[in-house]
Amino acid sequence: MSLLKYESELREPLVDGAKTYHQVTEDIIKPIEGKPTRAWWVGFIIAFGLLCFGVYSVYRETAYGIGQWNITKTVGWGWDITNFVWWIGIGHAGTLISAILLLFRQGWRTGVNRAAEAMTIFAVIQAAMFPVFHMGRVWLAFFVFPYPNTRGPLWTNFNSALLWDVFAVSTYFTISLLFWYTGLLPDLATVRDRAKTKFRKMFYGLASFGWTGSTKHWQRQESLALVLAGLATPLVLSVHTIVSFDFATSVIPGWHTTIFPPYFVAGAIFSGFAMVQTLLIITRKILNLQDYITIGHIEAMNKVIVVTGSIVGCAYLTELFVAWYSGNPYEWYAFRQSRVNIFSPYGWAYFGMMFCNVVSPQLFWNRKLRRNVTFTFFMSILINVGMWFERFVIIVTSIFRDYLPSSWSVYYSPSTWEIGFYLGTFGFFFVLYFLFAKFFPVIAVAEIKHVLKTSGESYKNEMESMERMDARTFVEEEVEKDFH
Amino acid sequence: MIKSFVVGTFEDEKVLFPAVKQVRKAGYKLHDVYTPYPVHGLDKAMGLRETSLHTAGFIYGLMGTMIAIGGMGWIFAVDWPLNFGGKPHFPLPAYIPITFELTVLLSGVGMVLTYCYLNQLMPGVKKHHFSPRATDDAFIMVLEMTAGSNEEEMKKFLADNGAIDINTQVAEEGWWFGRYDRDQKLYREKEVVA
Repeated sequence: MSLLKYESELREPLVDGAKTYHQVTEDIIKPIEGKPTRAWWVGFIIAFGLLCFGVYSVYRETAYGIGQWNITKTVGWGWDITNFVWWIGIGHAGTLISAILLLFRQGWRTGVNRAAEAMTIFAVIQAAMFPVFHMGRVWLAFFVFPYPNTRGPLWTNFNSALLWDVFAVSTYFTISLLFWYTGLLPDLATVRDRAKTKFRKMFYGLASFGWTGSTKHWQRQESLALVLAGLATPLVLSVHTIVSFDFATSVIPGWHTTIFPPYFVAGAIFSGFAMVQTLLIITRKILNLQDYITIGHIEAMNKVIVVTGSIVGCAYLTELFVAWYSGNPYEWYAFRQSRVNIFSPYGWAYFGMMFCNVVSPQLFWNRKLRRNVTFTFFMSILINVGMWFERFVIIVTSIFRDYLPSSWSVYYSPSTWEIGFYLGTFGFFFVLYFLFAKFFPVIAVAEIKHVLKTSGESYKNEMESMERMDARTFVEEEVEKDFH
Repeated sequence: MIKSFVVGTFEDEKVLFPAVKQVRKAGYKLHDVYTPYPVHGLDKAMGLRETSLHTAGFIYGLMGTMIAIGGMGWIFAVDWPLNFGGKPHFPLPAYIPITFELTVLLSGVGMVLTYCYLNQLMPGVKKHHFSPRATDDAFIMVLEMTAGSNEEEMKKFLADNGAIDINTQVAEEGWWFGRYDRDQKLYREKEVVA
């Protein structure tokens, strides 16, 4: 066994402290079984308040029409689609962590994948609401699905990037949900088997689907997780690629570029990891999970942030260069007059974006800053703001000045109900996240147990003697022992 | 079906693996081993065959591909051919995104449903749990008693191979609809009253 479970001491432990399997269960399940803390209630009530404001804002928009927003014929997408792209981008980190890092055999994903996947699902829910309510007559939203109807039948246009988006986002949501929940079953069974109260026994009994932990079930579970990861990996890349097609397949100067798909995917991972950092830094503090979400985990995610941030920066500059190099006057005008020009009405957004997404993440090349929790938290907020600016820049600065000066828009700024909708999705997102953190294990208990004996701190210390051995002694002492 | 089982608890994988080997050597009927996490290699040690779930996933995925291409092709080329600026009625490149998404969707959903069916997992399903530690920190080995088996001998066998907390349980083998906050009832056959 010792041979099968060997891992180099150069790798940081994934679980700090001397833990046993039982201790892992205790640490992670305890917060579920206690009463919510004061911090939880305060956060939940604020989030719920925002949600109520959001519901009212959406009610205004639905009841009185899209005129409740300040969008115009020229700026038709405005805040709404900006927020859609922003949320869907955030929803990319979870499946990246759970799927791509599973295929790449990155052990550190075990500590963060559950919460990140939950975040993904909640973020996609928020994202999907924006285009749906942007339709105006939301009760006809089902028209986007191709089904035999009495209107001809009038089918949807399969050439349209907007329809591809319907399929991409709904598939992404479904697959993420299935991936998340099948992984959650064993941990819910753990909560069920420890439950003392009648309600908890019933609730977790229902939620865990009667999971027993049979070896055959585990074998199928691992096979399922691997294949779903294989499917979800191209899926993650496809979703934001298709979102970028919403822009790239159009002929609007500033949108009509081939760099959009990779640039959007990198940006999505960038903002997604920033949101994961924001949530996990709070979660580990409030639920006392510093032993499982270690500084090493935070550093690993910061490395992803600096890489994707640099890719995004590179894309910004390439895009700018190509706008000039293409010789297309409309394309160059969109950049020269509306974006890089600080005196343009939306110049602040472009420079804000450059500062938050390109300049500031470069500080993460410094190891000390990468491992600093407070700094990381601050940066994660900054990056999320920056990524919002990016979407705003792409959408609004490209369309607020149409080809004819007569159709230039007046300065577009959102109405109260537009802002209310956005705040409402924040509320909804955090309400869901708070409920998740209270009623579900925020860390994959079974997966932590799986890596405990290779990557737990105390077990790694035991293995140190093996590191020091020369090859001959190692073979004689360890290999021989294993074969007998 | 109600059967009798001898249940042994193991606390360490190092002890569990040789014990599984010994059980197979001795010829006892190994009902199952319940573990709190996927122990790699245990399925092979128990002699379980590789799962074919991924093959099912491939077939579902293929179905998704065909439904997507066939569906879009039929709609645009046969049922209602529209002229979009002179573009072809079967523009394959434009179909790639939706074809890909439906492939993934059907494959994923189909696999999860198959997985739940094979493992008999569903809300409301209840099964016999041999030990609550199976989802916490211990590996629970369950041997089935057959007509010719000797209970004491099996208990001693488990003890010799490092099991602790050995006991005998009479339990329903399959699953039934039930709630976890209520005690289970064994559905024995009713005695015939003359």
